[in-house]
Amino acid sequence: MTTIEWLLADSPSSRMQARLGRSYRVFNALLRNPLAVIGALIVLLLIVMAAFAPWFATHSPIAGELSERLAAPSAAHWLGTDELGRDIWSRVVYGSRITLLIVALVAVLAAPAGLLIGAISGYFGGWTDRVMMGITDIFLSMPKLILALAFVAALGPGIENAIIAIAITSWPAYARIARAETLTIRNSEFIQAVQLQGASAARIIGRHILPLCSSSMIIRVTLDMAGIILTAAGLGFLGLGAQPPLPEWGAMISRGRAFILDQWWVATMPGFAIVIVSLGFCLLGDGLRDVLDPKQGGKQ
Amino acid sequence: MSAPLLDVANLRVTFPTLQGPIEVVRGISFTVGRERLGIVGESGSGKSMTGRAILRLVRSPGIVTADRLRLGDTGLLTATDAEMRTIRGRRISMIMQDPKFSLNPVMTIGAQIGEALTVHEKLPRRDVRRRVLEMLDAVRIRDPERVFSLYPHEVSGGMGQRVMIAMMLIPEPDLLIADEPTSALDVSVRTQVLQIIDDLITQKGMGLIFISHDLNLVSRFCDRILVMYGGQIVEECQAGKLDEAVHPYTRGLLASVPKLNETRAELPVLDRTSWSQA
Repeated sequence: MTTIEWLLADSPSSRMQARLGRSYRVFNALLRNPLAVIGALIVLLLIVMAAFAPWFATHSPIAGELSERLAAPSAAHWLGTDELGRDIWSRVVYGSRITLLIVALVAVLAAPAGLLIGAISGYFGGWTDRVMMGITDIFLSMPKLILALAFVAALGPGIENAIIAIAITSWPAYARIARAETLTIRNSEFIQAVQLQGASAARIIGRHILPLCSSSMIIRVTLDMAGIILTAAGLGFLGLGAQPPLPEWGAMISRGRAFILDQWWVATMPGFAIVIVSLGFCLLGDGLRDVLDPKQGGKQ
Repeated sequence: MSAPLLDVANLRVTFPTLQGPIEVVRGISFTVGRERLGIVGESGSGKSMTGRAILRLVRSPGIVTADRLRLGDTGLLTATDAEMRTIRGRRISMIMQDPKFSLNPVMTIGAQIGEALTVHEKLPRRDVRRRVLEMLDAVRIRDPERVFSLYPHEVSGGMGQRVMIAMMLIPEPDLLIADEPTSALDVSVRTQVLQIIDDLITQKGMGLIFISHDLNLVSRFCDRILVMYGGQIVEECQAGKLDEAVHPYTRGLLASVPKLNETRAELPVLDRTSWSQA
C-alpha cells in the first residue's frame, strides 16, 4: 500500500491515520485552488524572507552610500537606491520583519480580546450585551485608519504604539463574530447540560463556547491580515508608525514621494511589496475559508 | 418515611406575555423521598418546566414562585447563584432528553464526564480519569478506555445516553431528575438504559423524578405517580394502583392506550370538557 492509499483509506485503522488523512484531504483541497496556493507561497516567502533576512539582503538596510544616492535599478542595486544611497531591495527584505511582527502581534492581541468580549456579551445578554456591543459599535462606526491615527497621536509615534493602536481598532470586528456564534451556541442543549452540572459562567465560556468560536475566528484573522498590513503601512506613511531608520514599507513610500516623478522606484518598490503581501494574505484567507468551513464542505 | 429530600409547595412558573402573564405550572405541591417518583402528562402540561424550576434553570423571562421549595434544609429559591451552582450536579442533577444535542460536539466524552467532577471537587488528573473510567464501566460501556477518548458523534444514541447518565451521576447527587431520558432512543435500548438508571439509584440510594409521557413505562418503573394536566397535578397514586385512578383525565388517558387483543373498533378520544377549567 502506498502512502497516499494509506492516507485516503476509507476505514482508517487508527486515530492517527484518520487525522493524517484528514489533513492530507484539506491540503489537497487547498492545492486544487490555485489562487490559495499562490497566496500560501507568498506568505511562506514572506516568512522565509523575514527569518533569513541577512541572507537575502545584498546590502545593509541602514548604512547608505551617498555617492550612489537615487541610483536606478541595476545589477548592483536590484531595486535601486533611495535618497540616502541605501539599497532598496535590502530595505524591503528587512521591512518584511517589521510587517510580520506587526501582523503577528496585532493578531495575538486583538483576536483573543475580541473573542472574549464577544463571547461574554453573547452569553450574558441583557445589559452586559447592550453596553459591550454599544462600545463595539462606537469603535466600528469610525474608519480604522483614522481611529488608529488618533490612538497613535495620543500614545506617541513608534512601532509598539502603532501595534497597540491597530489592535485597539481591530478587535470590534472579532467581538461581533464571536457574539453571533455565541448566540447560536448559548441555547444549545449541551450548554444547558453543563449548566445543570453546576459549571460557572466563566467555565462555560472558557471551556465550551470559546473553542467552538475559534475556527471562524482563525479564518477571519487571516482575511483581516491584509487590512492590518495596510493600516500599518498607512500609519508608517503618515510618519506615525515605525520611526527612521527602520525600513518600514509605508515610511519608505512616504520618503520616496518627494522623488516620485524622476526616481519612481524609490516609492514604487515598497509599494509593490505591500500590494503583493496583502494580496497573498487575502488569497490564502479565502482559500482557507473554502477548505475549512464545514458548511461549504463537499460543495466544490 | 423519613424527612423528604425535596419538598415543593405551591410551585408556580409564570411567563409574562403581551396578553398578560401565562402560568405554565399552577401551584403544584409534592415531596420526593428516596424513591422513584414518576411525573406523567401530555406535551405542554408543565412537567419539564417543573424539573427546570427545581434546578432554577427556567429561562428568563420566566418567573418561579413557591411557598416552599426546599432540598433537605436548603431553600432553593433563596439560594444565591454561587450556592445554586454547588447544588446543581452535586445534589440534584438532570438527565436530558436527547444525547445528540446534550453533549458538546468538540469535547471528548472522557473530558466531559470528568468536567462534572472537576467542577465540584479538586482532584488530581489521574484520579479524575480513574473515576470516569469506573463510571463508564458502571453504565455498562464495554470498552471504557476506548470510549473515553471518543467524540460524541462517534457513539450511538443508546451509548450517548449512557454517557449522559454517567456525566450526571458521577458527582453522586442525592436527587436525579430524568426528563424523558428514553424518548430519543430506540425501543430496543430503552429497557437497558432504564435498567442502568434503576440499578444506580438503588445502589446509591438516590431519589428519582422520572418525567415521561408514557403511562405504561412509568407505572412499571416508578413507585409513585403524579399525573399533570394544564400545569396542575390532577392525580397522585401508587404506581401499582394506577387502574384505580379516579380523575377523569387519568381514566381518559388510560382508556386511550391501545391494548393487545383489542376489541374496540376505535380508540376513545379524551373529552376535555368535563374537567378543564375556563
